[in-house]
Amino acid sequence: MSYSAELDVRVTDSSLRDGSHAIRHQFTVENVRNIVAALDEAGVPVIEVTHGDGLGGSSFNYGFSAVPDQDLIATAVATAKRARIAFLMLPGVGITDDIRQAADNGASVGRIATHCTEADISIQHFKVARSIGLETVGFLMMAHSQPPEVLAKQARIMADAGAQCVYVVDSAGSLIMDGVSDRIAALVTELGADAQVGFHGHENLGLGVANSVMAARAGATQIDGSTRRFGAGAGNTPVEAFAAVTERLGIKTGIDTLKIVDAAEEIVAPVLTNPPALDRLSLTMGYAGVYSSFLKHAEIQAGKYGVSGAEILIEAGRRKLVGGQEDQLIEIAAGLAQRK
Amino acid sequence: MTKATAAIVGSGNIGTDLMYKLLRSDVIEPRWMIGIDPESPGLKRAADHGLTASAEGVDCLLASGRPDLIFEATSAYVHKENAPRYRELGIQAVDLTPAAIGPAVVPAVNLGAHLDEVNVSLITCGGQATIPMVHAVSRVVPVEYAEIVASVASPSAGPGTRANIDEFTKTTARGVETIGGAHRGKAIIILNPAEPPMLMQDTIFCAIPAYADRVAIAASIEEAAADVAAYVPGYRLRTEPQFDDPTPMSGGWARVAVFVEVEGAGDFLPSYSGNLDIMTAAATRVGEGFAQRILAERA
Repeated sequence: MSYSAELDVRVTDSSLRDGSHAIRHQFTVENVRNIVAALDEAGVPVIEVTHGDGLGGSSFNYGFSAVPDQDLIATAVATAKRARIAFLMLPGVGITDDIRQAADNGASVGRIATHCTEADISIQHFKVARSIGLETVGFLMMAHSQPPEVLAKQARIMADAGAQCVYVVDSAGSLIMDGVSDRIAALVTELGADAQVGFHGHENLGLGVANSVMAARAGATQIDGSTRRFGAGAGNTPVEAFAAVTERLGIKTGIDTLKIVDAAEEIVAPVLTNPPALDRLSLTMGYAGVYSSFLKHAEIQAGKYGVSGAEILIEAGRRKLVGGQEDQLIEIAAGLAQRK
Repeated sequence: MTKATAAIVGSGNIGTDLMYKLLRSDVIEPRWMIGIDPESPGLKRAADHGLTASAEGVDCLLASGRPDLIFEATSAYVHKENAPRYRELGIQAVDLTPAAIGPAVVPAVNLGAHLDEVNVSLITCGGQATIPMVHAVSRVVPVEYAEIVASVASPSAGPGTRANIDEFTKTTARGVETIGGAHRGKAIIILNPAEPPMLMQDTIFCAIPAYADRVAIAASIEEAAADVAAYVPGYRLRTEPQFDDPTPMSGGWARVAVFVEVEGAGDFLPSYSGNLDIMTAAATRVGEGFAQRILAERA
């Protein structure tokens, strides 16, 4: 199974979206211009640019953007010569008006994300996205928390609403090898020719590249990564390593390995003042199945209330919090401080 | 004392839960339950409790009876059809749908200003739970921006909410501004499928001036929580209000964060459905306000 006649898998680089978490949503216009130019030159076919929590994510709850999403999207569109520019939106956080505005600014791929049991809240957004000519991708977040057959049913809801590809999104970086293959295979079987299947990985258990290869072998034709792992938690699948590995395996991505390695080293690394690390907290998230974007919030609340960040994350896991419930980390930290 | 008579239009979960609350009211007598499906369990329950239950819809109700009040628990679409007819007959309507025809009412904040309205809207569950807190802050200091995050148990979010989640966020954000008193409002809703289902939890962030009187703000919040709890017994603060100094990520604002949860009374709906309970409880409180005015005029 291939993405197209030329590509076996199509890679979307999420450095400028998932990476937004890693720098607390403080990307500048200059960051976006430089990174998009370098990735575009290296042959990355799709580049995602948005606040880490999607359109409309700039908020008290998730952190305010230094520069509005829509300005960064317009900058990316103006900079890219070949790459398509994608955006993320989460129904309940952003609204359809945001989708229309992103399309007006030249974005051409709309990626719409829900928790992996709540696909039906995205129907209105897929319909709008398709009606204005966007390519559409559905994101089933926290995919480790549900078995393959549940994910397949949810993927069907998104595909019927107009998603042209549905991703298994390992938001917690908690899936391990066969856990990826089984989920991808279930979606491929369910969706058949109706929609493609994709995989979005995190490095919280150190498995981003390996899991992505498993996904491709199981039939995924779209794969996410972030250059230099620029993403939430321990970061995403490093695109430069994925490009090198797939080249060695004979899987065509269209990305020039040496150029993306240079871009990672010279352009992206200097922007990463505080690079994602596979440290105690991010490993805890993969181990306990906690949403990767909670990392920076847990660090901040741990500092403010003088409590353990790991304890905050473990409690978040115990409460089965889903993506978007960052507010609850404050209440957890305040509660832990009170009990001390 | 005689009571004001009421019809509940819509015999689903919300209408049924509302019936149990109205049956306890000192000033309202729920006399009719109107549905469209003769097999509806809500109609059977209503008949069991002595209400006139009809599956013939609103036409039949208005042809045979004349309630003082109508509670509409159908859909926005149906309420838009029905509302003009209630208005023609001068029947006061409490709208639990998102139709938003009449002015928005949050009992703890602005019910007194709308007792004469022929139609009032209850906004959204998230609005009922959070706007009193925004108002509690904005009556002490100017609130440039307020943001609410509503976390709702997945099984208590019905098909209407799911099909049009933008309506929830936009309507709630507008209420945060117009009733809550924030200069600009934003609303976020998260559905959580955890088992056992979580209680409805809401977080209210308000931007406040850097040198605001935090003690006075906290006291105002406590008072507002008690005001809401007077008609929604399961409404409570989860922790004391939390204050933060400005940072680059906070948009340069100092802020207060308020954490509430709503445990449903369990009249008919499960107790985790605090989001639905707060709607039926608010509807009951609004209806009682209307009823007291009607009864006073009759006396």
